[in-house]
Amino acid sequence: MSDMKPRSDSTPASPERRRFVGAATATAAGLAIAPGVMLYEVAHGRAEDQAASSAVRWGMLVDATKCATGCNDCVSACSTENGWTPVAESKHPKQAPQWIRKLELQDPLTQMETNLPMMCQHCAEPPCVDVCPTGASFKRADGIVLVNRHTCIGCRYCMMACPYKARSLVHEPLNDTQKPDVPRGIGCVEACTFCVQKVDRGDGNTACAEACTAAGHNALVFGDMNDPESEISKRLRELPTKQVRADLNLNLGVRYHGI
Amino acid sequence: MASITFREVEGSSPKYWMLFGFLGLFVLFGALAWNYMHHHGHVVTGMDNQIVWGLPHVFAVFLIVAASGALNVASIASVFNKPMYKPLAPLSAVLSLALLLGGLLVLVLDLGRSDRLIVAMTNFNFKSMFTWNVFLYSGFFVLVGIYLWTMLDRSVKSYSKAAGTAAFIWRLTLTTGTGSLFGFLVARELYGTAMLAPMFIIMSFAYGLAIYLMVLAAAYAWTGRALGDAVMMRLKTLLVVFVAAVLYFVVVQHMTSLYFTKFHAVEAFILRDGGGLTTLFWVGQIVIGCVVPLVILLSSLGRQRTWIMIACALVILGGVAQMYVTIIGAQAYPLDMFPGLTEKSSFFDGEIHAYAPSMPELFLGLGGVAVALLATTFAVKVLRLLPASLDDATVAKLEH
Repeated sequence: MSDMKPRSDSTPASPERRRFVGAATATAAGLAIAPGVMLYEVAHGRAEDQAASSAVRWGMLVDATKCATGCNDCVSACSTENGWTPVAESKHPKQAPQWIRKLELQDPLTQMETNLPMMCQHCAEPPCVDVCPTGASFKRADGIVLVNRHTCIGCRYCMMACPYKARSLVHEPLNDTQKPDVPRGIGCVEACTFCVQKVDRGDGNTACAEACTAAGHNALVFGDMNDPESEISKRLRELPTKQVRADLNLNLGVRYHGI
Repeated sequence: MASITFREVEGSSPKYWMLFGFLGLFVLFGALAWNYMHHHGHVVTGMDNQIVWGLPHVFAVFLIVAASGALNVASIASVFNKPMYKPLAPLSAVLSLALLLGGLLVLVLDLGRSDRLIVAMTNFNFKSMFTWNVFLYSGFFVLVGIYLWTMLDRSVKSYSKAAGTAAFIWRLTLTTGTGSLFGFLVARELYGTAMLAPMFIIMSFAYGLAIYLMVLAAAYAWTGRALGDAVMMRLKTLLVVFVAAVLYFVVVQHMTSLYFTKFHAVEAFILRDGGGLTTLFWVGQIVIGCVVPLVILLSSLGRQRTWIMIACALVILGGVAQMYVTIIGAQAYPLDMFPGLTEKSSFFDGEIHAYAPSMPELFLGLGGVAVALLATTFAVKVLRLLPASLDDATVAKLEH
């Protein structure tokens, strides 16, 4: 890093400088007009040397009543953001990893149909973390359940334990679609990370939720469930929601409305 | 009490080396299968993100369960003080170590990252049943190793009972751990029950004894040593009790599930609608694995050596079928995330998952069996494990 600094300093239009100027302007503007907005940013962005905090609990609200039939935008966005090959393009669909998928539900009696995305539910009491022999499956203080790429031995016990079929094993050597901030690897297990790279950058949103909003459906709301002022908290207070397999009492980070 | 002479198998005949070479060939095939799977990834297996544990796990868990069961004969001798079993004990201990070795090899070579075994040995999560099993397996090797030492070395013979008792308690714990690998899973309908631990223990008794009997009979037949009917008939009766107990546990487990409406669909899948899995359950696990062996052993056929061997082979085949139904069956049935609703997705939700084992998986599993048998074949050559004679007269003297 140190050898990069002089170079960026000598180039007036360097990204660092631009970012600094931008940040300074934003800070000044923020301090002048909206201190509340600043506090919000401090709570949600995170410096690299700063540990994830349990003051935050990242979560997602899925409004199944707004989730459109046939729309796959959340899945495509996840695949693009995290660099996994869409199942339709895979030579081995049964073995292809799927971090998020659209579920179509139907009541056989009433014919009522429901659409919803299914992914890692980021349980507060994750069975995958319980069963992992090496501790590679872990839950961050802010509620995000992840797999440590360096200590996963590919035993697949977590896949046996997950009630949501949220995890995939990377069955074959990966092509070059890997993203630098989303490390993946053959023989390791992976799943939805709540776009942890975006969260840690301070984006405050996931790729799927952004795509859903961009498509005008607004079925996905991501945010801090511990912050009573966050949009997700407000919506969760108003809407009746359910947890999938609530009988297991795992305290899920993903809540569904309309199921 | 009469003393027994233990003697190594000479192991210089062409027949011995042919057996050695035959088993070695399968070990080689297993190694090649592993290399192929490791190089290309699990994409070359029949496993996928639906059936995550395939045929290698069937072999591995079967061998591990049978390993603890194979120690039974030794336990009866030392823990329960039955002198007739004393000469049978050293082979029992060695066979159990060999079977565990074979099973564990298959298990670790089927890991997505088998090159990271050292990670599993240095990073522990003590809430994981797998971590517990790592310690249970290591402890089993140590305790049974010590037990074997007390049986083979006269200077430490007085510790034999203590070591045998420790190994016995440990093997019960070990199989409890193996059963709990499945019992401690909340997600799958067919798992998540304490019943699996005792059921695995009783299964280990049956499978381990069946393997022991076949190895014992083969060793004596091929070396031209005398093996009297007294030993065979006693062990045969024991096998009857164990197989009947396995059948009892299987019946109780399914009867209990059948009473609960929420398990009706999954039970219907295993017992009626599962196609190949249903056939494997009824024909493999129940008829071949339990009913036919019981009929053979309890009828007059059970007095003939050949038929006892056939019964043992059927118990072993039934055991593999049982593991297949237990491990693959539970995964083939889709997770019920939304009870009462039908589910459909690109990730095969709501569908019965098909599984066809690939050749590398089969050879990896058979490689584990070959390792176990090869280790036993080698051990009887270098260690004094087998009594020079087990004819009825020698055995009768032991009991008086």
